[in-house]
Amino acid sequence: MNILTGNDLKTGAVTWWDGSGWSLHVDDAADAGAEADTILAREEAARHVVSAYAVDGEKTAEGVRPAHIKERIRALGPTVRLDLSLKPADPAAGNWVI
Amino acid sequence: MYKYDTYDQAMVDARVAEFRDQVHRRLDGSLPEDKFRPLRLMNGLYLQLHAYMLRVAVPYGTLSSAQMRVLGDIADKYDRGYGHFTTRQNIQYNWIKLEDAPDILADLAKVEMHAIQTSGNCIRNISSDQYAGAAADELVDPRPYAELLRQWSSFHPEFSYLPRKFKIAVIASATDRAAMRLHDIGIEIVKNDKGEIGAAFYVGGGMGRTPMIAPCINAFVPLDQLVTYSEACLRVYNRYGRRDNKYKARIKILVHELGKKEYTRQVEAEFAHLLTQGIEPPLAELERIKAQFADPAFESGLTDSVDRSDPDFALWVDRNTAAHRVPGYAIVTISLKPVGGIPGDASADQIRLMADLAKEYAFDELRVTHAQNIVLAHVKKADLHALWTRLDEAGLSTANLDTIGDIIACPGLDYCSLANARSIPVAQKISERFAGREGELGEIKLKISGCINACGHHHAGHIGILGVDRKGVENYQLLLGGSEGADTSLGQITGPGFDEDGIVGAIETATGVYLANKEGEERFLDTYRRIGMAPFKEAIYG
Amino acid sequence: MVEAQIRFRDDEPVGDPAVTADSFGDQTNASAVRIEPGDDARALLPHLDRIRLVEVNFPGFGDGRGYSAARILREAGYAGELRAVGDVAVDQLNALRRCGFDAFAPEVPMNPADAERAFATWPDVYQPTTDGRAPIWKLRHG
Repeated sequence: MNILTGNDLKTGAVTWWDGSGWSLHVDDAADAGAEADTILAREEAARHVVSAYAVDGEKTAEGVRPAHIKERIRALGPTVRLDLSLKPADPAAGNWVI
Repeated sequence: MYKYDTYDQAMVDARVAEFRDQVHRRLDGSLPEDKFRPLRLMNGLYLQLHAYMLRVAVPYGTLSSAQMRVLGDIADKYDRGYGHFTTRQNIQYNWIKLEDAPDILADLAKVEMHAIQTSGNCIRNISSDQYAGAAADELVDPRPYAELLRQWSSFHPEFSYLPRKFKIAVIASATDRAAMRLHDIGIEIVKNDKGEIGAAFYVGGGMGRTPMIAPCINAFVPLDQLVTYSEACLRVYNRYGRRDNKYKARIKILVHELGKKEYTRQVEAEFAHLLTQGIEPPLAELERIKAQFADPAFESGLTDSVDRSDPDFALWVDRNTAAHRVPGYAIVTISLKPVGGIPGDASADQIRLMADLAKEYAFDELRVTHAQNIVLAHVKKADLHALWTRLDEAGLSTANLDTIGDIIACPGLDYCSLANARSIPVAQKISERFAGREGELGEIKLKISGCINACGHHHAGHIGILGVDRKGVENYQLLLGGSEGADTSLGQITGPGFDEDGIVGAIETATGVYLANKEGEERFLDTYRRIGMAPFKEAIYG
Repeated sequence: MVEAQIRFRDDEPVGDPAVTADSFGDQTNASAVRIEPGDDARALLPHLDRIRLVEVNFPGFGDGRGYSAARILREAGYAGELRAVGDVAVDQLNALRRCGFDAFAPEVPMNPADAERAFATWPDVYQPTTDGRAPIWKLRHG
């Protein structure tokens, strides 16, 4: 699938296009298909997101998994500070990242 | 140390107001990202992998306790309780909100700090020797010259849109502790045959994808021409540095392509012209600045003896203190490289503690080192044990300065949007693997970069590691034989790369070759230089 | 010629078309010249007495060669109009003005209030240029 990621303009938080807006959780990522460029241009112009781009991803039973390690780390947070990830209470939450 | 007068303060305050306006225009839509990006970068604000990152300038690496305390407070108030000290003596915060950035700059301005020119294609914050003003081997304190150049380079109207970033280092000691010749301009304050003080200019060094050691283009620029000569170097670069390819845009490429002789000729011609323009501050300005770097009130008649009965303390004294030019004092380096830790990171509490300790034991002053540690430059030897005890309680007493555990590492793919591979986990594994063997292995400078931009100085490590992306998988190349001291050299790649565990094993093998071939008191680097790459290669790949 | 949005001069704007820097020397009746980023401003110095307008083009605001071109002309005594054209925006105005530009013809018009504020950004300056402002070191030491 073709998923979209960027950063929230005001807070800088990593976000994922969920089909109607931007979510903090990669598992909410929707397939933008051929609409990617249109959505990216529109959303950046509306200042909902900055530095947004499309990447390959895959929907698995566990959730949406970006193809490249860089976006997997974006989805989780620094692998060396799991206490700062979106799910700090779950040490196994990032097992799929590396 | 340098104190702002009303002029300096007004400039920094003006910058805060300017950036507040720029952020406002970004958020209201009147300033698009492609125009805003270079402006925020000139204020040290990046957009990184997870959030905005703010890099705060620590001019020539020197800070007061009050400034250090504010750095800790910012980590708590606007970030996630920690900061990262960088290889250019600055500090950066990883989780900044754009909407908070103007307020952070305002908080910094209250203690005479800023984030001016810590990024962007402009003259960056100027770095220096972390032992300045204290080292037994220095000619003079290099920091007044760095401060003079800081003011010259701040908001320079002609040089805000250079072909690429521009880094200057100023030292005044034959022992180079600032990687001076790996800067765009390295300045060494020297004395000539007549006993006069002046500046040797080394231009066109750098790391990155094309590492180069800067040649000396002028061995003695008089002190009352320092700014004018710098301006000439920059003007030639601004006019003729390559702008067609960002990877060839640094001044090292210009100097290399023109040749040292032709570049120097152009600089000298521009210099002759600029001497007629009256752009040089009077020497009285340098004297005004120098007066602010006067010695603190050192006591005399102090003892040099240290009670070494506690072996942990004695080890720390041996490893983490250096000779001070005043009897009875020592230079202390606080290692930010605990075993298995993140190189250069410090918590808000640790930052504030170091501020307190500087106030109690070190004349209210701290330094950030390019190796990502903190220095207390003037500590009474009689106070060393009390200081060590306080550091030890806070996890800051690691005795590993300049050993294999004292690793320089860039943030890598854990934080950086340019990185190809993670650096920190590799540093952590190496530090854990070799913990306890520091004495046996002696001085080893190990440096890790997560991409070819070389923020982790891998070219200049006795052992260097470069992280690359091989078909979406992290891969690590090994380099040997680099150095950034007065004997600057560039490391050579051993051969094919390794995965994360493989690189740690390769380093184990390399240190084994060193130990087996070491003669006398040779360091790893000395042995490598004597026996060459072949035995290492054979052991690693053979 | 590009119309200036902001102009700090009292004389009549030059109406002549600006010719390219490399042909200016041969066109002895021309009084306006246009400098592109790669042009050497010093090539114009022999002709300063007949130049009344220099347009310096900024095809992209990140290319800073025009700042050096402007200072070189002013340092050589050029007193005619120096006009910044192209990708010029409020956030560059102050530095451009300090380097000697006295007219601004941005391809996208600027908000006049923003522009006015931009010129007033710095209470003082660290570096002397030919704009006559006393640098801070001069204020400190007289």
